[in-house]
Amino acid sequence: MPSFFQLFPEQASTISKDVDALFWFITSVSAFFSVLIALLVIYFAVKYRRRSDGDRPRTVEGSLGLELTWTIIPLGIAMMIFAWSAAIYVRIYRVPDDAMQVFVVGKQWMWKMQHMEGQREINELHVPVGRAVKLTMTSEDVIHSFFVPAFRIKQDVLPNRYTTVWFQATKVGVYHLFCAEYCGTQHAGMIGSIIVMEPSEYAAWLSGGAGKSLASSGEVLFQELGCVSCHRSDSGGRGPALTGVFGSTVKLQGGTTVTADEGYLRESILTPQAKIVSGYQPIMPTFKGLVSEEQLLQLIAYIKEQKSSGEDPNHGSR
Amino acid sequence: MEAVEPRTNYLNADYGIKSWLLTKDHKRIAVLYLVSITVMFILGGVFALLVRLELLTPGPDLMSSDTYNKVFTMHGIIMVFFFLIPSIPAVLGNFLIPLMIGARDLAFPRINLLSWYIYMVGGIITLVAMVAGGVDTGWTFYTPYSTAVSNTNVIPTAVGIFISGFSSILTGLNFIVTIHRMRAPGLTWFRLPLFVWAHYATSLIMILGTPVVAVTILLVAMERVFNLAIFDPTRGGDPLLFQHLFWFYSHPAVYIMILPPMGVMSELVTCFSRKRVFGYNFIAVSSLAIALLGFLVWAHHMFVTGMSIYAALIFSFLSFAVAIPSAVKVFNWTATLYKGSISYDAPMLYAFGFIGLFTIGGLTGLFLASLGTDVHLTDTYFVVAHFHYIMVGGAIMGYLGGIHFWWPKISGRMYPEAPARVAAVIVFIGFNLTFFPQFILGYLGMPRRYHYYPDEFQVLNVMSTAGATILGLGYLLPLTYLIWSLRYGAHASANPWNATGLEWTTPSPPPTENFHETPIVTHDAYDYEDFDFETVPLQEVKVG
Repeated sequence: MPSFFQLFPEQASTISKDVDALFWFITSVSAFFSVLIALLVIYFAVKYRRRSDGDRPRTVEGSLGLELTWTIIPLGIAMMIFAWSAAIYVRIYRVPDDAMQVFVVGKQWMWKMQHMEGQREINELHVPVGRAVKLTMTSEDVIHSFFVPAFRIKQDVLPNRYTTVWFQATKVGVYHLFCAEYCGTQHAGMIGSIIVMEPSEYAAWLSGGAGKSLASSGEVLFQELGCVSCHRSDSGGRGPALTGVFGSTVKLQGGTTVTADEGYLRESILTPQAKIVSGYQPIMPTFKGLVSEEQLLQLIAYIKEQKSSGEDPNHGSR
Repeated sequence: MEAVEPRTNYLNADYGIKSWLLTKDHKRIAVLYLVSITVMFILGGVFALLVRLELLTPGPDLMSSDTYNKVFTMHGIIMVFFFLIPSIPAVLGNFLIPLMIGARDLAFPRINLLSWYIYMVGGIITLVAMVAGGVDTGWTFYTPYSTAVSNTNVIPTAVGIFISGFSSILTGLNFIVTIHRMRAPGLTWFRLPLFVWAHYATSLIMILGTPVVAVTILLVAMERVFNLAIFDPTRGGDPLLFQHLFWFYSHPAVYIMILPPMGVMSELVTCFSRKRVFGYNFIAVSSLAIALLGFLVWAHHMFVTGMSIYAALIFSFLSFAVAIPSAVKVFNWTATLYKGSISYDAPMLYAFGFIGLFTIGGLTGLFLASLGTDVHLTDTYFVVAHFHYIMVGGAIMGYLGGIHFWWPKISGRMYPEAPARVAAVIVFIGFNLTFFPQFILGYLGMPRRYHYYPDEFQVLNVMSTAGATILGLGYLLPLTYLIWSLRYGAHASANPWNATGLEWTTPSPPPTENFHETPIVTHDAYDYEDFDFETVPLQEVKVG
């Protein structure tokens, strides 16, 4: 954790150096123009100060050349910053394929994390150094925002929706996690720590917490809630089989299609009537209120694990 | 030297409280607004000081978290809706637009008075809601917190803001019609003072943007009161829809706050350098460009909400584009100084301050328009610092510069120059000490709206709080000596600054009908080269 006084945040992720490079570039541009304007104003104000009340300055006619100069040069610099910053933005939100996944649920006023291996944490997140980590996040109540200054990442966490962000830590250490979107009385208390560990220590930490993996917890739920009675693994159930559904393109009634991502699975559990898979009846009951946000994520983790073996991936259904 | 003799003017034409509360004179209505928004500014300022005092130490020690959240919310609501938005338009615009265009009054004097009453009703409802327990949603009223969770006075406060919005719509409408229809003979569009151009652009935003925020507030009220599901995600609503609607008004509202002081700037810089403004057409058109582009950048407040990357690219691009017309203005004011005859009267000191602070405020906007850095900076103190450089460093410096400049015209008295210069310098120093450390705090990662914070942020917070006390003192000074000058200030001549502009051709204070004869305009604005200077130095004006 940072010491008593500092002026610049730590760089602890693969993206932080890139953000800082852009930051220093914009800072230089800003400093250049601020100083230029300030010097011009001061120079003119002194050089052309009123020496007598009889001063009658001559009109200086406007100049199209100057107007164009100070329109086009700033515009060019602005466009350069735009392109540079857009490239970084795309990197912050395009998650690498090999990222390990962690689920995050925000609520007033705490952060709840679930690792795929089953470990759960509150206001702490242990991650290995040098490994891309993808966060899939939702909120139980109002909008929160997951902000790790040392990683230069921030992502709002919304109710009834999944948002994602990723990072790859580059330095072992403990870093602040803040809620950045005002969320009520204890907003300032909704803070935590990201604990970046050596991979070996992380593996030890993971194995320390006994318990089931997220997917096997999901499997238990899948049985308990009776999902299995309709969503049988063969295709003869009243509901579509879920094998291989994750990531596939699902054909819906009415001829539209949808990609089966986390958000789609979540919606299908909570609001089954919203999107009906082609060839099935709208008979599934809602599970709203019956499963918590964490359990939803466990179910999704389980469904994600039901990988198809050689079937037509485009014929996935739920 | 003009002898000081009793003369009928708008201030002494009639007496008694009724003559003020039922007046249709735009100048008196401007004074009504001046008094009301000053009260609001003091209230908002007290809340700001409470916030800064709480943040002096890392821990929560002055007040509870609930109280703190209400205090920063009320600071924002009062300053944005009840001070900054009406400030220059309703006071200086109201007073000066008819005078500057050679008209007797605004096009709709009764509507003008109505707009003040609407403002007062909205303001009083909001203040009552505050006294009766306050509201803790932040001035942004984000859903679902404001609709589903907060149990504070969201509805009464929202109603107050909703009502006051109509006051700004009516003012905008009045200005637009007046500027179109009531210009003096010879006063063509491109002879208008740039102050009038700025208010024209501002009025467009007022009448186009304000209805959207009114509807948004109405939707929040309907969701809370009638339980409709508009923003509530658990019933199929979309909380982000609120943010889109809210910022569709509230980003342009920033330009309602900054365009009028830009108009003031053009008047100050020309008068105190005795120069025709450099690039008149470019400054005039840039106001319109800002007003129009300003409507197309709202989602830059939402880059981390999970919005589509492509939408983010477009909004980022447009946000960079809107920076250009502002830069053009700054360059043109600077060029106006070139080969001028520059004096350092207090209004000009505020103008210098404006150029410096607005430049920093504008350039730091680049960090937030830029996608890659905005992810890190949004919702941190960097944003707080940035918009205070625009709204306090820009808008309030411009407002104070304008109040000093036209004080002789409004009150008929000169303010005392020495304390005024001292105050301008104190405000500049206090301002920078308050808000510059917040840029650093923001990049370090301190989030906004935190009641308490980790220890390593303390040193910068102490600097900021120290600056705020200096800034507060800087604001108390003008409040004191301007009131003092009403009784003891030197009587002002018609044109104490030797400024061009029709408002300076009529006595100070002006008669109720503004001009005894309708003026005929034969010159461009700021035609200082052909201007007939009055050579009497100010010091010889008799003290009354």
